[in-house]
Amino acid sequence: MAEPDSHSLRRRLRSSQVLLGAAGALAFVAAWYLLVRFEVWRFAKLPDPLSVVREWTARRPQYGVSLYTAAYYQDIWTSTVRVFCAFALATLLGVPTGIALGWSRSVREFLFPLLELIRPIPPLAWVPLAVLMLANQEAAMIFLTWIAAFFATVLNTMLGVTSIDPAYVRAAYCLGSRPQDVLRHVVVPAALPYVFTGLQIAMGVAWFSLVAGEMIAGQAGLGYMILSAYMDLQTTTIVIGMVTLGLVGFLSSALVRWLGERLTAWQFS
Amino acid sequence: MAVLLKAEARTAGAGAISLRSVRKVYASSAGAVEAIADWTLEIAPGEFLAVVGPSGCGKTTLLNAIAGFDPITAGEIALDGTTIASAGYLAPPGADRVVVFQNGALFPWKNVVDNIAYGPIVQRRMSHEQALRAAHALLERVGLADVARAFPLKLSSGVQRRVEMLRALINDPKALLLDEPFRALDAISKSAMHEELLRLYESTQKTIFFITHDLDEAILLADRVVVSATRPARVKRVLHVDLPRPRSPLMTASREFLELRAQLTGVVHEEAEKALRRGERELA
Repeated sequence: MAEPDSHSLRRRLRSSQVLLGAAGALAFVAAWYLLVRFEVWRFAKLPDPLSVVREWTARRPQYGVSLYTAAYYQDIWTSTVRVFCAFALATLLGVPTGIALGWSRSVREFLFPLLELIRPIPPLAWVPLAVLMLANQEAAMIFLTWIAAFFATVLNTMLGVTSIDPAYVRAAYCLGSRPQDVLRHVVVPAALPYVFTGLQIAMGVAWFSLVAGEMIAGQAGLGYMILSAYMDLQTTTIVIGMVTLGLVGFLSSALVRWLGERLTAWQFS
Repeated sequence: MAVLLKAEARTAGAGAISLRSVRKVYASSAGAVEAIADWTLEIAPGEFLAVVGPSGCGKTTLLNAIAGFDPITAGEIALDGTTIASAGYLAPPGADRVVVFQNGALFPWKNVVDNIAYGPIVQRRMSHEQALRAAHALLERVGLADVARAFPLKLSSGVQRRVEMLRALINDPKALLLDEPFRALDAISKSAMHEELLRLYESTQKTIFFITHDLDEAILLADRVVVSATRPARVKRVLHVDLPRPRSPLMTASREFLELRAQLTGVVHEEAEKALRRGERELA
């Protein structure tokens, strides 16, 4: 009897949560509309949500970018490919580095001070060097996108390894493990929840750095699209670019979260 | 000659643990601390030995030395005549003396049957399939077949402990080292665990080194109960428990049990008072 009750309660809770979320978004859009419509302060300079939607869905958009133009998808594709290349590189290099840092004291002593010195350098400060060093435009963009994502991955993976309960490692040795068995069967799986926290952060900072890089040194992509729209005072296109970034960012983070939850299902009791 | 060799081999394979003048000194911020002083005891093959004493009296330190986790400062520990710890030497941990941990150390990322099969697989003693089959068979034997595919965090701590004991036993170790394995359990699950451990012990006859705070538990399970003195730890008293086997939790009401209980309480109480006066943690 208690079972179906608690279930329907949970369902009701969930639907009320959805409702609240929708109400919040609606309130935001309404406030935006009213502020622009009544020209409050400098909101007069902005497009209202209706004209953004109209432009976004127009077959012949006023400023050349909408759901019906190839240029729009070109920019989304360019940025997405850059982010996923950078993210893949951050994972491939960051997870092993983080494991080595957490696992071996000497690696930690050798590498960690250096990493802590390089890490605070903002991705934007890397732009000149990236452009000078990497002749290829794509490589420079991917490098800029990669760098912050790499550090987020490394640090969280390292934290994951250093916070493993030593009893697991001892138990593994008791059961006859060699160090490589401990690495594979204890260290990696135990650190995985932390690794995925790191990867989620990495995905966020990857988009963040990419757009900054594209705005400064890009010749394509969503960041470049926003900047060139700004140069031409096409405010609706700016907002379309921003909303698009919000959507692709959300979807890529959701993908990482989904994968993480599938791979670490054991931790949810 | 052949007969003698055979007899020797049998005792040699059976898990005799010798502790000879084991001493352990820690370096701490307050200077050198002597945690264990002159701990000497012979544990017979197949004996169930319980060690009781105040918290922080060095019981776990001793277990960690036998297990191969932490070195000792002086003295010697031998397993079936082979030195496994002495000053400057520590044999690495191995499946001949498996620890069951205080808070449990089943791998939460492996399901029950993979946890149990883990030892034989990494030791390459069995193929993957053989190990899984053996693990299933063990679960079947103790009536836990239905949790084979469950992840540990989904199970009660009682079931987790039972699975952890199976994970140790599948390796056919010479000795089991149990560090207050039932501490976190409520009285009812604890009593069920005692019954299970007695069953496992009486059917396998492994040497068991069992650390506990619970005097009833120590008497009910063990052949001998050692009271360890505190700061530094040393063997204060050894009590022989002559209750017949197979034992059952019902024996806690018998006259022999109660006599032993009174005797043991007296000895332990002295140590607890000493510890209390020195500001150490009380006997839990």
